[in-house]
Amino acid sequence: MARAYDARTTIFSPEGRLYQVEYAMEAISHAGTAVGILSTSGIVLAAEKKSVSPLLEPVASSDKMHKVDSHVAVAVAGITADANILVDHSRLVAQRYSYEYGEPQPVEQLVRRVCDMKQGYTQFGGLRPFGVAFLFAGWDEQHGLQLYASDPSGNYGGWKARAIGANAQAATSILKQEWNDELDLDGALKLALKVLSKTMDSTTLTPDKLDFATLTHSEAGGVAFKLLGNKRMQKLLDETTLDNTEDD
Amino acid sequence: MSDSLIAITGDDFVLVAADTTHTRSIMVVKESGEDKIMELDSHKLLAASGDNGDRNAFCQYVQKNSALYRLRNGTPLSTRALANWTRRALADALRKHPYSANLLLAGYDASPTEGKPGKVSLYYIDYLASMQQLPFACQGYAGHFLLGLLDNGWRKGMTREEARELLDKCIEQLQTRFVLGAPKFAIKLVDKDGVHVIESADA
Repeated sequence: MARAYDARTTIFSPEGRLYQVEYAMEAISHAGTAVGILSTSGIVLAAEKKSVSPLLEPVASSDKMHKVDSHVAVAVAGITADANILVDHSRLVAQRYSYEYGEPQPVEQLVRRVCDMKQGYTQFGGLRPFGVAFLFAGWDEQHGLQLYASDPSGNYGGWKARAIGANAQAATSILKQEWNDELDLDGALKLALKVLSKTMDSTTLTPDKLDFATLTHSEAGGVAFKLLGNKRMQKLLDETTLDNTEDD
Repeated sequence: MSDSLIAITGDDFVLVAADTTHTRSIMVVKESGEDKIMELDSHKLLAASGDNGDRNAFCQYVQKNSALYRLRNGTPLSTRALANWTRRALADALRKHPYSANLLLAGYDASPTEGKPGKVSLYYIDYLASMQQLPFACQGYAGHFLLGLLDNGWRKGMTREEARELLDKCIEQLQTRFVLGAPKFAIKLVDKDGVHVIESADA
């Protein structure tokens, strides 16, 4: 029954649904989980790197985390090729803004512009929507540290903690229980790792299966976006496993 | 060039003055009553000199775009961002359809943190799209007569009274020595409480 309303992206079904948008979300639910957590001293973006084939050449850049501007970064869940288009678009948007206004673009405005583009693909043009969900982490002078999540419909929301991709439901219930407004960056890193360890298939976690990053701000240094290196990652894994064994 | 604009900053205010004549070449279209200091929003002033048509059109363009930003984004542009936007607009038009307008943009920006004091700033932007943030500035021939006076007289943290005294001295100089020294100047001030009209342009 639903099949008749699938072909065209830009029409409603009789029940008032946009099937192509829903199918895009379905695609995302098969992608590696990404988690974003707001803490008092920074934002953590953490993601599962899906099926690392031993034949794949390791690349310096990540396909889950991207820097959009000096004050904004994103974590991706979904079709990588689609995501790359949108990440590039958001980089253009950010630079155009600072070209025009001589200042970094407020984070929510950037998110809104990317989402407006996504929305366009659900209403006109006859092209399929982007199969991508994003977690935007950024800092601006007006609102400080912020975390936003967007989906293929072009909707977005501001979050304290959010999970997208595979097992996002399970991740979200853990976040609901464990997130509190006194978490510092280290606490957020450990929480992110705890969430991913529960949602990922593999029994043992190693740095090459994970992409962790932090976005922080200081008066002196401005905004810093750092991808955690293997050594730092291993240290975090060791510390968190220890904590977990204590709980058990 | 025949218009005179003067602006002086204090720690928490900016005083802006502009002559009120409308002239064309050797003719006086209107001797006084022309208001060249536009109120862009509650806390920003844009004084402009140059051909009357370009001056009006460009100032309105800045004002309306500033309002559009505020409506779209729920928050006004900072003075610095608006100055950059204005400069960019002049620069883009420069080699296509230039505006002959010289500007002094003054504004007060509230602090994003509750309770912390905001800051004031003054930007000089000329018709070739040069821009500089300055503690005091002039547009037009006035600068030839007044920059030395202002160099000597301006100090950081002047009070409103001291700034007004300095401004009066400047205006007196123009009236004495400048062949186009207009009799009447409009004076406006911007601070944390908004825009205040000190001397109206109206005749």
